[in-house]
Amino acid sequence: MSFILDYYNYWVVVFLMMAGFYIVISANNLVKKIVGLNIFQTSVFMLYISMGKVTGGTAPIVVEGVTQYSNPLPHVLILTAIVVGVATTAVGLSLIVRIKRAYGTVEENEFENKDDAI
Amino acid sequence: MLEQHLTALPIILPLIAAPIALILGRSVLSWGFATLASGLAFLFSWQLLSAALSEGVISYAVGGWAPPWGIELRVDAANAFVLLAVTAISTLVLVYSKDSIEKEVKAANHSLFYTAHLLCLAGLSGILITGDAFNLFVFLEISSLATYTLVSLASDRRCLTAAFRYLVMGTIGATFILIGVGLLYMKTGTLNMMDLAVRIDAYDSSRTINTGLAFIMVGVSIKLALFPLHMWLPPAYTHAPSAVTAFLASTATKVAVYVMIRFIFTVFGIDHVFVDMGMGLILMALAVVAIFKCSYMATVQSNVKTVLAYSSVAQIGYMILGLSLVSVTGLMASMIHIFNHALMKGALFMAVGAVFYRVGSVDIKAFAGLGRKMPLTMAAFTIAGLSIIGVPLTAGFVSKWYLVTAALEQGNWTVAALVLIGSLFAIVYIGRILEAAYFQKLPESRSSENIKEISWLMLVPMWVLVIANIYFGVDTSLTTEAANSASEWLFQTNNILENNMVEGNSQEVSS
Repeated sequence: MSFILDYYNYWVVVFLMMAGFYIVISANNLVKKIVGLNIFQTSVFMLYISMGKVTGGTAPIVVEGVTQYSNPLPHVLILTAIVVGVATTAVGLSLIVRIKRAYGTVEENEFENKDDAI
Repeated sequence: MLEQHLTALPIILPLIAAPIALILGRSVLSWGFATLASGLAFLFSWQLLSAALSEGVISYAVGGWAPPWGIELRVDAANAFVLLAVTAISTLVLVYSKDSIEKEVKAANHSLFYTAHLLCLAGLSGILITGDAFNLFVFLEISSLATYTLVSLASDRRCLTAAFRYLVMGTIGATFILIGVGLLYMKTGTLNMMDLAVRIDAYDSSRTINTGLAFIMVGVSIKLALFPLHMWLPPAYTHAPSAVTAFLASTATKVAVYVMIRFIFTVFGIDHVFVDMGMGLILMALAVVAIFKCSYMATVQSNVKTVLAYSSVAQIGYMILGLSLVSVTGLMASMIHIFNHALMKGALFMAVGAVFYRVGSVDIKAFAGLGRKMPLTMAAFTIAGLSIIGVPLTAGFVSKWYLVTAALEQGNWTVAALVLIGSLFAIVYIGRILEAAYFQKLPESRSSENIKEISWLMLVPMWVLVIANIYFGVDTSLTTEAANSASEWLFQTNNILENNMVEGNSQEVSS
């Protein structure tokens, strides 16, 4: 039981990661694939954010009487990764807009030529 | 001033030039500007390589924050060598692209093409130069996002689905690398590669670090299109504009191979990866399957770009095979092949792009009779093709020679034989195209079309690469010297780190 409770943040991460990954693989709709990709990336953000927490530490702002701080570096790193994620989503969605214009559909099974499917 | 910041210039220059190329707007202006920026980046990386060969490591603290706290840019023989190839190819492709993209990219998108190309170059240079594992991820994504855009610029609608597939696979790969780097940080509390190497050594087989290794290896394997994770590559290379394919085929996957070399040899250490985790056998098996499966696939395709794309996956197999042999010669063969393959695939895809420019198709049937109509283009294709096969006096022979030597050094006759048998496939798939070009007649239906040689602006960069193919096949001193000092350097860092294991320096990050 403690194995589950002590590492509950990791269980959340693993669940989100697998759910996102599954959506990317199984979804037929391209927008849903991007949603899955986003969930997949978000799980990694949570992995980073939760690893920065130091037990008993507060926010890393210098205040009198506080000696233990959480590690701010993973949070800063993940800000960059969030920006990367947003950029990826934007490129993906704009590709979907153009696919819709060119093919008239965003459903994978509706492509006429099987070779074109994703 | 300039010398002091030389290390950062190959990244900064294209990064600043990219938005300016967009603002310039007019196709000719942004072309000239982009070529100039890329050419300057090439000159700087030339200086960097000569400095790295004479001085050893050049370390540069970004923003004056000393490593391991700040981001470190770190140039040694290994990455300066690959950087030189990347910036050279980028410049040549930019010269070539002016005419080439007129046929394949909408006029309104031309300045966007140059912007995306420069961003991709900045990302690739960043991956090569940085000494920081997280920074590597960021640059990887900069280059990848630019790549997806470049692939989607073609006028054929199939490039869109190819780009989307590439985006999904590429993002999964990059996220895997991000997870791996996170796991390493969790255990070691550092992101600097040299610092990571020291601290990883201090932990004997920690499960967190082994998981990180697995995630990074799978992520990088997607990026470098190692069989069976290569499925994004053939459609992306087939449907992208020819200039983009010529650039990507000769740089993007090669840089990913370098990332794998860097992680295996510098960060994790040979002992950990090959002895404790037994990755050598896995990589070797995948590489051999890649060589045979994808060379075979290349022989049965009808689209010449797809043929060359599958051939690229097979050639990546040779590079991975070289490093999986775990010897200085094997690694040297990989490094030489990274360089040489960039030369041959660049020339081949440029020749195919030239055929598309004149004939409007890259199907193997479209090549019929072109040997007479476009003699210079097809001669370039022939020489670069012979280089892929590995005929003596071409660059391809040199890399195959060192690969076979490395295999024989270890008495591994099977691998040596497999490399040579794999080359036979190359004779088949290059031979099919040459047969169509030289021994088939131009179909009657097309004899009225005015098919002639392409402009010198496209021919010159193509022939520079072809002549480089011959030059580096005859005079191997530059490539072997650089590759040898690169691989010796990579092995040496490994030993230094093992001898100077820093004890009690493992500041843990609580998790």
